Amino acid sequence: MSPCLDSPLRISSPLTASALRDLTCGKRVLLSGPVLLAREAALRRMAQEIERGKALPFTPEGAVLFHGGFTPPPPGRKIGSIGPTTSLRMDPWTCPLLRAGVKGMIGKGKRSPKIVVAIRECGAVYFGATGGAAAFLSRSVRSVYPLLFGDLGSEEPYLLEVFELPLVVAIDAEGNDLFEQGQKKFIKGTNQKQNNGW
Amino acid sequence: MRTIHTDRVRDLVKLLLLRAVTELPSDVRSALQNALVIEKSAAGRKVLEEILENERAARAERIPLCQDCGLAVLFLEVGEAIRFEGPDLTESLNEGVRQASAEGFLRTMVVFDPLYRRENTGDNTPVIVHLERVPGETFRLCVFPKGMGGEAASTFTALPPLGGEEAVVAAVRQAVDLYGANACPPLIVGVGIGGNFETAPLLAKKSLLRPVGTRNADPRYARLERRLLEEVNGLGIGPAGYGGTVTALDVHVEVGPTHAAGLPVAVNLCCHACRRAEGTL
Repeated sequence: MSPCLDSPLRISSPLTASALRDLTCGKRVLLSGPVLLAREAALRRMAQEIERGKALPFTPEGAVLFHGGFTPPPPGRKIGSIGPTTSLRMDPWTCPLLRAGVKGMIGKGKRSPKIVVAIRECGAVYFGATGGAAAFLSRSVRSVYPLLFGDLGSEEPYLLEVFELPLVVAIDAEGNDLFEQGQKKFIKGTNQKQNNGW
Repeated sequence: MRTIHTDRVRDLVKLLLLRAVTELPSDVRSALQNALVIEKSAAGRKVLEEILENERAARAERIPLCQDCGLAVLFLEVGEAIRFEGPDLTESLNEGVRQASAEGFLRTMVVFDPLYRRENTGDNTPVIVHLERVPGETFRLCVFPKGMGGEAASTFTALPPLGGEEAVVAAVRQAVDLYGANACPPLIVGVGIGGNFETAPLLAKKSLLRPVGTRNADPRYARLERRLLEEVNGLGIGPAGYGGTVTALDVHVEVGPTHAAGLPVAVNLCCHACRRAEGTL
């Protein structure tokens, strides 16, 4: 049976070594606990801080990063819509964070081959959240706090507390990649590079 | 001659943008419901269920479908017999987006300088405007906020002039195969064939304005659209890129006259949150 037909696994962050063992490619999970929302500028700053031997504004061991953004909250709501952005954009600053102990990333879309290797070497996981489902995903966010570097404006990182955030293990700690395996299962014929006339 | 006050244009832009970011067009919603029925991958069906639940949540709670509220693209058809009064037309279009962004609590997505000073303008302006003059007294507006995921995954290829249908099919397949998984599939694939370096992409974008399920009026291109849809879905990328049979909800082709020495093809990908809203004055 496909792992996606199983009921989802409830897990919490920070991720422990034993929790990571159950997070196999294609497994659906519901994540509760703290996650750190950050994009390029914030990740670049964090990678620089690690390089300089400085402390990060969060504990990296077992931490989960969320490559995403959110809309401003209308009155009466803690948060607007929140969802993942294209994680490939974060690849240039991912390795130092994984080496510092980050064990999970949440985002959408394929990662570069270099990052798939780094995920395996560091024993981390990459979770997919459904892109463009930000109104639905906002139901799983309990609180949002800015985690200030102070000068990144709209690109500051945020600490979120999530409850049962629905995710899929897209790349597991052994380097199994759902994007590759899933496509292989459903592709029709071979996918040789076709002649476009040149 | 018909006179339209630009305050009415501003109000229409605002109304349509607020609708676009919170409600999917009915053709897209139906296509997603149909995809849920035909998708063979369990992971893909789960993604589609979440997308449909998202559509209900956004509509019920009046919050954006996606946190990427998009760069607003406005397509206007303005009759030759229309005269505007009031503030400048471009400023009124921007003001409509500005007001919608504040009142709808939209995330502001626009930076004024692309390279050196990427500071957010704070109100989702300036908008991108395509204005077409048409005969008569028509005023039509389509507001199409477009996220960057699909734009970053879009391509332009200059094919050899006699490359024919096979070359076009190969170019579209390659574009979707390379970047489709990152553009939030199931996609709507817009293909512009002909024109030149600036108009082929515009044809591709305009094709995305057509309702999902509609076909090019020319039967040859209608057949090409059906073939491309089958080819793209044969790639197996599936919803969210997790593998599956529905990679695209539809493929639309728009064509234009081109230079004798070339065959330009532009592929503009649109995510499943194909947010467009149309109105008239």
